[in-house]
Amino acid sequence: MTNLQNDNGEPAGIPADISDSGLTTGPTSGPEMSDIILIGVNHKTAPVELREKLAFSDEETQTALKLCQATPHVNEAMILSTCNRVEMLMVTKNQSLALETISSFIAATKSISLPQLKKSTYIYFGDQAIAHVFRVASSLDSMMIGEPQILGQLKEAFKIAVNKKNTGLILNRLMHKAFSVAKRVRSETGIGGQAVSISYAAVELAKKIFDTLEDKTVLLVGAGEMAELAVEHLIRNTVSGNLLVANRTFSVGVELANRYSGHAIRLEEIPEKLKIVDIIISSTGSPDYVITKNHVKPTMRSRKNRPLFFIDIAVPRDIDPAINRISNAYVYDIDDLQGVINENIETRNTESIKAERIVDESVIKFTDWYESLNVIPTIIALRRKLNAIADMELSKTMQALQHLSSSDRMAFERMTESLINKILHDPTRFLKNPGSHRNKSVYLDFTRKLFNIDS
Amino acid sequence: MTSILFIIILLYLLSSAGYILFLFAQKEIYHQMSYWIMMAGFAVHTILIGYEFFRIGYLPAQNLHQTLMFAGWSLAGVFLLLKYRYRLNILGVYAAPLTTAIMIAAFCVPAVAVSPTPLFKSLWLILHIIIIFIAEASLALACGTGILYLIQEHAIKTKTNRFFLKRLPSLEFLDRTGYAFVVIGFTMLTIGLITGFVYAHLAWGKFWSWDNKEIWSMITWLIYAALLHGRLVAGWRGRRAAIMAIIGFAALLFTFFGVNFLLEGHHDEFTK
Repeated sequence: MTNLQNDNGEPAGIPADISDSGLTTGPTSGPEMSDIILIGVNHKTAPVELREKLAFSDEETQTALKLCQATPHVNEAMILSTCNRVEMLMVTKNQSLALETISSFIAATKSISLPQLKKSTYIYFGDQAIAHVFRVASSLDSMMIGEPQILGQLKEAFKIAVNKKNTGLILNRLMHKAFSVAKRVRSETGIGGQAVSISYAAVELAKKIFDTLEDKTVLLVGAGEMAELAVEHLIRNTVSGNLLVANRTFSVGVELANRYSGHAIRLEEIPEKLKIVDIIISSTGSPDYVITKNHVKPTMRSRKNRPLFFIDIAVPRDIDPAINRISNAYVYDIDDLQGVINENIETRNTESIKAERIVDESVIKFTDWYESLNVIPTIIALRRKLNAIADMELSKTMQALQHLSSSDRMAFERMTESLINKILHDPTRFLKNPGSHRNKSVYLDFTRKLFNIDS
Repeated sequence: MTSILFIIILLYLLSSAGYILFLFAQKEIYHQMSYWIMMAGFAVHTILIGYEFFRIGYLPAQNLHQTLMFAGWSLAGVFLLLKYRYRLNILGVYAAPLTTAIMIAAFCVPAVAVSPTPLFKSLWLILHIIIIFIAEASLALACGTGILYLIQEHAIKTKTNRFFLKRLPSLEFLDRTGYAFVVIGFTMLTIGLITGFVYAHLAWGKFWSWDNKEIWSMITWLIYAALLHGRLVAGWRGRRAAIMAIIGFAALLFTFFGVNFLLEGHHDEFTK
């Protein structure tokens, strides 16, 4: 596992002391930052071909979650699989075992060699993992920074893990924090305003192919939210009514077409309509190519070779990449658009800096909470609280008993101290070792809540 | 004379540098300045050719030096005109250095004495030369536009070269402009050939004499005719049109120089 790479290209191996502690102190030692680990691939580390291959279906997600439950020392887990990323978030006391289990599971089910997988994988531990989750939720790590879908996808992934009882105290808290961070980033920065960046990229490219977009006709294949985002800016550059929408569910297509005063067509009509459209945006969930080279080649002649521009934002892809080899036909998939988007990132830098600050703040807050789940600080805080109560009550009582000698007072003080010690004795012992099958973090969290330590 | 030619070359050279600067820095002012500098070069160039015309009494395009001078002049003039009309600023990156190169070549070629004949003063010959040179300059620009098209198409297809993608105009625009240049060039070429035939009839008593130059002129004309026909009938747009424009210009160059250097014909004296 030590040769796995993180985003900076540096080996993200498990530090020796961490893996040691994981093995020697066993599952009952207190929570440590490094227990939270995140392993994954995204659009920055893996090309679309690999992401297509690695994407988890619903059944695969459930199988993997079951596997995590069966793996010793993996306390909590969830899986996020979108078109741009496959990530697995785990809370475990045995990082190397967890990572190995999940890696070999992926390698086996996706028939990909381990070294090949490792080359594209990043692994984060502790606060780095937390920061990554927050960044993903806030759409800062998205291909199109600020795109809103990722939050919904993350919520869905979390729901599945919750339903499968794969999450616990830590992931529940982490995810709820992530959702609120995302909400803050959205409302406090202008990142969300850039959600249409795929649109901008598409328009910028279209303007390098077509002299003017005004008289061009756009065909939308698939009427999802993504498609609508993509088409929004494009449609503003064309004359209204030049939009065709092809969708598997015809009524959904009609609805979207009406919104932009376009027309809905049936999927079967696409090859025929290729003769009259100029720009095609495709975003269906189809596992196969929706438009192939054989559809396009014959139409070029009747189009008199007027250019055709395909924008494929679906993963797996809808448009056969071989179409790009046909003269006057141009295919851009979601990775290709990244190149264009990258150039626009600079203009967003200030907003990103704000968003990153929000993420950093939230990471620190979460880390504080997480570290408070350790036994020693909890017991110290508990004792401090009891001491404070005792001191206050003692001084109140002593004011009424002015006649007592100093040795009498000392006796009272000794008594309260030993009371506190006696009271704390059993809880301390229990918290230090709640039993090997119990999750200590839960009890620590409960204790802190019970005694209202964190307020 | 030489010093004036030197000034012309210097102005064209400055204009070329300005256009190359424009390619990299993308500041409007660079191509605007380059355009005006080229205009200045062209003005001096026009005066020089006009002066020669009146001094010797016939169009100075009878030896290689004069021919190159004239080719550079017509290219600069046609570029200045068409750039103004079609607003293809970036084409200066092609046209200005090409003009400069032609002028440097003219500078290096010694002027061979020409023994003038009364035929040189024929109006048909003057028309033939001027029109053919305008045609050739337009077709040279069509070739340059074709090259720009291929560069931009390559950038879009391979998705890697953001440098040109950002700097060159849209494919459709390049294609349409290139087509316009070919139409202008082809029209001029047709008129130029007709005036040539008329002049041949006056000079040698027949319109067509199976001379190498004539044959190659016809081949060139046919290539451009095919290009235009293909576009109108079969929709040869984009890449194919761009390649045809480049092939056509190569054929044109061969007709212009190659025939004279490699084959025998009645235009021989131009290249001496």
